[in-house]
Amino acid sequence: MTQPLLKIDGLTKAYPGVVANDSVSFEIGEGEIHALLGENGAGKSTLVKMIYGLVKPDSGTMQMRGEPFAPPEPRAARAAGVAMVFQHFSLFDALDVAENIALGMEDPPPMRDLAARIRSVSEEYGLPLDPYRTVGDLSAGERQRVEIIRCLLQDPRLLIMDEPTSVLTPQEVEILFQTLNKLRAEGTSILYISHKLEEIRALCDTATILRLGKNVGTCVPRETTARDMAEMMVGSELQTPKSAGAKLGDIALDISGLSMPSPGQFGTALKNIHLELHRGEILGIGGVAGNGQDELLLALSGEERVPSDAIRLGGRPIGKLGPNARRAAGLLCAPEERLGHAAAPNMSLTENALLTGAVRRDLANRGFLRWGQAREFAEEIIKKFDVRTPGPENAARSLSGGNLQKFVIGREVLQKPYVLVVNQPTWGVDALAAAAIRQALLDLAAGGAGVVVISQDLDELMEVSDHFAALNEGRLTAKRPTKGLTVDEIGLMMGGAHGMEVAHAEA
Amino acid sequence: MDLSAISPALLLASLMVAATPILIAGIGELVVERAGVLNLGVEGMMITGAICGFAITIETGSPAVGFVAAAVGGALLSLLFAILTQFALANQVASGLALTLFGLGLSSLLGQEYVGLKPAQTPDLHIPLLSDLPFLGTVLFSHDVMVYFGLALVAAVWAVLKYTRVGLVLRAVGENHDAAHALGYKVVRIRVLAIMFGGACAGLGGAYISLIRVPQWTEGMTAGAGWIALALVVFASWKPWRVLLGAYLFGGVTVLQLNLQAAGLAIPVEYLSMSPYLITILVLVIMSADRSRAPGSLGRVFHASG
Repeated sequence: MTQPLLKIDGLTKAYPGVVANDSVSFEIGEGEIHALLGENGAGKSTLVKMIYGLVKPDSGTMQMRGEPFAPPEPRAARAAGVAMVFQHFSLFDALDVAENIALGMEDPPPMRDLAARIRSVSEEYGLPLDPYRTVGDLSAGERQRVEIIRCLLQDPRLLIMDEPTSVLTPQEVEILFQTLNKLRAEGTSILYISHKLEEIRALCDTATILRLGKNVGTCVPRETTARDMAEMMVGSELQTPKSAGAKLGDIALDISGLSMPSPGQFGTALKNIHLELHRGEILGIGGVAGNGQDELLLALSGEERVPSDAIRLGGRPIGKLGPNARRAAGLLCAPEERLGHAAAPNMSLTENALLTGAVRRDLANRGFLRWGQAREFAEEIIKKFDVRTPGPENAARSLSGGNLQKFVIGREVLQKPYVLVVNQPTWGVDALAAAAIRQALLDLAAGGAGVVVISQDLDELMEVSDHFAALNEGRLTAKRPTKGLTVDEIGLMMGGAHGMEVAHAEA
Repeated sequence: MDLSAISPALLLASLMVAATPILIAGIGELVVERAGVLNLGVEGMMITGAICGFAITIETGSPAVGFVAAAVGGALLSLLFAILTQFALANQVASGLALTLFGLGLSSLLGQEYVGLKPAQTPDLHIPLLSDLPFLGTVLFSHDVMVYFGLALVAAVWAVLKYTRVGLVLRAVGENHDAAHALGYKVVRIRVLAIMFGGACAGLGGAYISLIRVPQWTEGMTAGAGWIALALVVFASWKPWRVLLGAYLFGGVTVLQLNLQAAGLAIPVEYLSMSPYLITILVLVIMSADRSRAPGSLGRVFHASG
């Protein structure tokens, strides 16, 4: 094959203050799975948005099979055979599967025919899906299927996938890879965006690595080690977080028989959860998104009240206490959603530091705020956790995801918790920041605190935690030592692939 | 007190007339809100439509031209709201309230010369056979054309939202504007068109009051009908047929309490006057307890990024 499917030549796109892409060039061959690798902010998203017609390049050209290709809008890109599966799903919760798919098509057939085609295509590619279910009720894996099938129905020549596996169980990843390999065998090219290096090594034929908007190299992933690729991505050597290996102490957090109805319409109820967390222990809780992670955090943080005896902190029943009383007792939480839950987007970092730190850091005096101390606290977080910001008076929303996450975690860690619960501590955070956050959690445990890490990133859980348990439809498995756990065992604990097989793990 | 003076046929017939203004305005606002925009300016657009329709009918002598003018007037006023919220990205609640105040003021300015005049009458339809039916003829088949237009509009909006691609795209824009944008739909254009549709409907509803229901012009004559239309949409859970139900309920209780007042019922007039509002909202609140929810992007500012 001499002529590539898509040839990208010198694409440049600048936003005020930042060059997102600086004359990026590469080629995607026919029937090739091409990886696009890079840290957050490396310009991957901007690049694919230009290919998909959502953003116009400032300069540079693209060629599709030798023809000039410059889609003014997504419609034109779709017509040229480019389809895209978005990272943050572009789905409509209140509409059903067939309606969602019709919205992504140029010229959809009548609903009844479309439903039949959805059924046949979804079975052909091993992605079963009911066209009449409401999307809001689907699991993350199923929602991704909706997106993929929406693309497949248009017979794309180039399928763009933006971090497709971040929400899937290992078994679901397996199924997805089979689907992608089948597509490749049929001649479809795939542009695969990820920062999970092992996946790229297993799946992709070629990889282009972006750093700070520039193409810094191309490699054949099968012949390159993950470490080399990571260092190309980061541009420096990576520090692997190290545990000091603390001894486990007394029981810090004791959850027994915790049940809680779902707080929201699309939520999950918690069912009879038992858990013992020792001082100095890091417990990793895995599971596919939407299996009770958020609800468990709500129950632990005190945003939802539960029977008093269900949660004991150092032997003291705290189930009925609210968030501030729990903070005073030493149980701190860092929720998943950075903007809006862990931090108030439009408030300054000082104010955000005050919001959770007031109790333990004594930042309020009989109802009056101690602005001086609050500012010092915020500055301390910024300094110790290397938060890149001009100063604590900046609004939380002005920080990049990784920086804000460092701030949020740092804010809790510096309050010297007795037990810290974090949900998705490194979601959407680049490798350097993620390593720093993990190191902070390890140091905290080494200092004698109990830490619960809820995450969908299994590599992360394996790296930091002493014990592992999985949430599955609101139930928590018994915890097992992380050492020696295989991926298959973890997958079984997480409940296997959704809708593909019935698997229950009794550890 | 003489309840026998109340004729059921006339009561039901005037119910349909009383309900039509809020029905037409409400169904327009429903479309706007399904597209994800909260326009609180319905009252202002209604009263503007009322005076535009009234003035043009006086000048031309034709109520039909008057209604067209009312729709154009309402749509033009709503365009102001569209520019503020869709292009200047202003807050929708504040802009909507400002639109109401502006519309009330503008209408009294425009209407100064028209106080006390009588517009040309809009004839009631006479449908052979159907209109002559006993009872049903009076209740259902002897109204002016706008009553039937309102009903047809509800059916049309329902069918378009449910069965057509335009309706699907509109709902998608209201449900998640970022996703709709990512798929390449013109969020702002769709919303501007929806807002103008809502404005035209509100204008028609207002003109119905000044041309048929009352028929004359007085300042502030819509008297809160726009707010009732807004409340209807919310309590009807954004469903067209429920808007119809709510509007008829409101119209029915309004007419009934007027009749009861005339019949000299021994309940203070104030209680009777508030009863349509209370009963309509109560019934719709009970009905909206079925967990149906607002369009996901309702009232949120859309700013296309990247």
